[in-house]
Amino acid sequence: MTGTFELGWWGVLLAIVAGAIRVSTPYLLVSLGETLTEKSGRVNLGLEGTLVLGAMSAFATCYLTSSPWLGMLAAGLAGSALGLLHAAICNLPRVNDIAVGIALFIFGIGLAFFLGKPFIEPRAAMLPGLPLGNWSANPAIRSAFDVSPMFFFGLVLAIALEWGLKNTRWGLILRIAGESADAARAIGLSVHRVRTLATMAGGFLSGLGGGFLSLYYPGNWNEGLSSGQGLMAIALVIFARWSPIRCFYASLLFGGTAAIGPAVQTVGITEGYYLFYAAPYVLTLGLLIYSSSPTRTLAGAPSELSISR
Amino acid sequence: MRNSPQPAPPDVDVIDFCKSFGAVRALDHVSVRFRAGRVHALLGENGAGKSTLVKCLMGYYRADAGRLLVDGQQRAILHPRDAHALGLGMVYQHFTLVPQMTVAENFLLGRKHLPAIIDWSVEHKALDEFMASMPFRLDPRRTVATLAAGEKQKLEILKQLHLGRRFIVLDEPTSVLTPTEADEVLGEVRRLSDARLLSVVLITHKLREVMRFAQEVSVLRAGKVVAHTETEVASETSLARMMFGAATLIEKPEPSRTNVSATPDFYLELKGIHALGDRGTPAVVGADIGVRPGEIVGIAGVSGNGQKELVQILAGQREAHSGSMRVGGHRFYGTRRELEKWGVSLLIEEPLVNAAVPSMSVMENLALRQFDRPPLANGGWLLKRSALRPFARALIDRYGIRVGSASAPLQTLSGGNVQRTVLARELARPVRLLIMQNPCFGLDVAAAIEIRRQIMRVRNDGAAVLLISEDLDEVLELSDRVLVMAGGRISYETDRARADRYEIGRHMTQALARLPA
Repeated sequence: MTGTFELGWWGVLLAIVAGAIRVSTPYLLVSLGETLTEKSGRVNLGLEGTLVLGAMSAFATCYLTSSPWLGMLAAGLAGSALGLLHAAICNLPRVNDIAVGIALFIFGIGLAFFLGKPFIEPRAAMLPGLPLGNWSANPAIRSAFDVSPMFFFGLVLAIALEWGLKNTRWGLILRIAGESADAARAIGLSVHRVRTLATMAGGFLSGLGGGFLSLYYPGNWNEGLSSGQGLMAIALVIFARWSPIRCFYASLLFGGTAAIGPAVQTVGITEGYYLFYAAPYVLTLGLLIYSSSPTRTLAGAPSELSISR
Repeated sequence: MRNSPQPAPPDVDVIDFCKSFGAVRALDHVSVRFRAGRVHALLGENGAGKSTLVKCLMGYYRADAGRLLVDGQQRAILHPRDAHALGLGMVYQHFTLVPQMTVAENFLLGRKHLPAIIDWSVEHKALDEFMASMPFRLDPRRTVATLAAGEKQKLEILKQLHLGRRFIVLDEPTSVLTPTEADEVLGEVRRLSDARLLSVVLITHKLREVMRFAQEVSVLRAGKVVAHTETEVASETSLARMMFGAATLIEKPEPSRTNVSATPDFYLELKGIHALGDRGTPAVVGADIGVRPGEIVGIAGVSGNGQKELVQILAGQREAHSGSMRVGGHRFYGTRRELEKWGVSLLIEEPLVNAAVPSMSVMENLALRQFDRPPLANGGWLLKRSALRPFARALIDRYGIRVGSASAPLQTLSGGNVQRTVLARELARPVRLLIMQNPCFGLDVAAAIEIRRQIMRVRNDGAAVLLISEDLDEVLELSDRVLVMAGGRISYETDRARADRYEIGRHMTQALARLPA
């Protein structure tokens, strides 16, 4: 960490930027997944459980096969399986998606802890990063610009989703299901089917977010790995008002806030840095208060969501 | 489909249709000939069989007996798909548009095969071409939520034409439109049929529209076609007689008393009320409203112009962010204590959602206002369940609520009976101010007349009545003074004697242009 000391306060800024990129990736993947699900008219609050189960599945698969990419695939599949479970239960008449989400949140975490016990100690192969900082000799800069391809995947996906919701058949069908179930039925669409697929896709992306946690940053598997990031990502969807591109910006903001704590620590501030660790939680709370109001509904919320009705 | 030459509208012959639901004969040997390129009205009361007939025609129901000829050939329509394939389509009373999507997106939704990737430049070009060939057009880039009701109705009709339908059933198409909008939409429909682009079946109970826009009319009563005539040789009176039967005269509520303003003080007075809607945009903008004892003040307006929010403020369900509300000269906040003290009764629209507890029994719902007062309770806290049943029974009999048991959950009752239950509850104690919103919405003619008679009775007993309604006929029939609410403002006021439906209609739509998109 000598490099950081050489850079002084610039180092803090650099660490925040680097941290923003690194920390934002799981937020981005989970929030994009949740945006997809919510656009179809359903809320999946269980994504924290999906994230943790994804992290465990990725780590375990990678440990057993030594392939981090197989691990990511396993994480995605585990996520879609939980998504399918959520959707299947919600397709039953008179089932509340919020309650099911909370149940699956706890179920996912419990399952991950149960199956993941043997994998807490060992090390597994990590996802490779793209060394974009090779132009510099400074090790701090080099490590800061070691960016995961998953970050770029998220960025491309955000752009593709933003475009696809308007310009593709699937995007239109997804939005009809989310805006007016009656209209969807009137034109012969199966609302349940659309929502099931959307929830599974959302679960897949959240699973990938979990895989990123255990295989890239912080890059191990333990029970405190996620600490509520899946829940905050859902709050972030509301803040981003259901727009994939705004999810990207919001994730960077969250990531940057989360990186303040570790960044100030690297310049040797030892007192009170725990307050900075709380920054993302404070931000979540602040944003939710800012974006809620007793007198109006949220602009941009899909009309079929249980929170809009 | 949209580039193919437009086929001629079909002749449709319904021959001897019968349809029963259990013991009820909804259609009893009904034969109607819908001729190509004409506007044919189906007239009748609720329950006369109009909807059943068109639902059989559109493949939603299957007729028990009867034949259907389309352009002289016998056809079987077993599913809405079959009807669509023959070019038959229907525009429903309630819009089937997706409000948060654009006009263009809504056009695309009905298409059988959506392309995997939508090339909007191509789609917009095709839509513009289509619009250019139509007698009226809409901007495909606008969001449906920003369209006025009349424009939405036109969009529904355009959608049908775009899908290649040449025979269209319009189910009460003007129920949410102002007179001017209604005339415009129906005028366009008539023009389309005169241009031989379209055959139209117009379901309505508005005689004025039948006389003005239809060429032929068939009158249904109790599942039978009782008359068929060219409108040229009919009159509103003759049609009304056919519709209700020769012996039945429509009893109007008692006429208004003259000299309503003998007491000059307002019992209910709103001054400068401002409030925000659910989306955080201004919904009520500086409303000043006053109602004197013994008069009915009617507020006309197209729905969505702040009426909902205004009623919620009056009912204590929404806070006004400025302005004052006084009842009997005192500040009023809509608390339970105030409602009782000042004799305020409320009949809000959709009572099952807004003013009653659906899963509680009829009995309990009837007692919601008084359950903790004598004789239903002792000392304000100990309920006397034994007193509840006779209390409810008396109201059920008096207001003719049709219910098997007073313990039946309210949600099991029909709309008219839910409305009667809430009205009975609200009128069960002395009323000095009655506030009502769309009190007869969705009720059949007999139930509506009964409820209007109750309203008149309350007014003639000296109560102040505020009537907020989307049904202009209702407002004109009952009110001593008429206000118009548009864009959240009270934009026009007139008294009964000078009220003119077109002038009022003009003010109902005037402020729409000023509303933010």
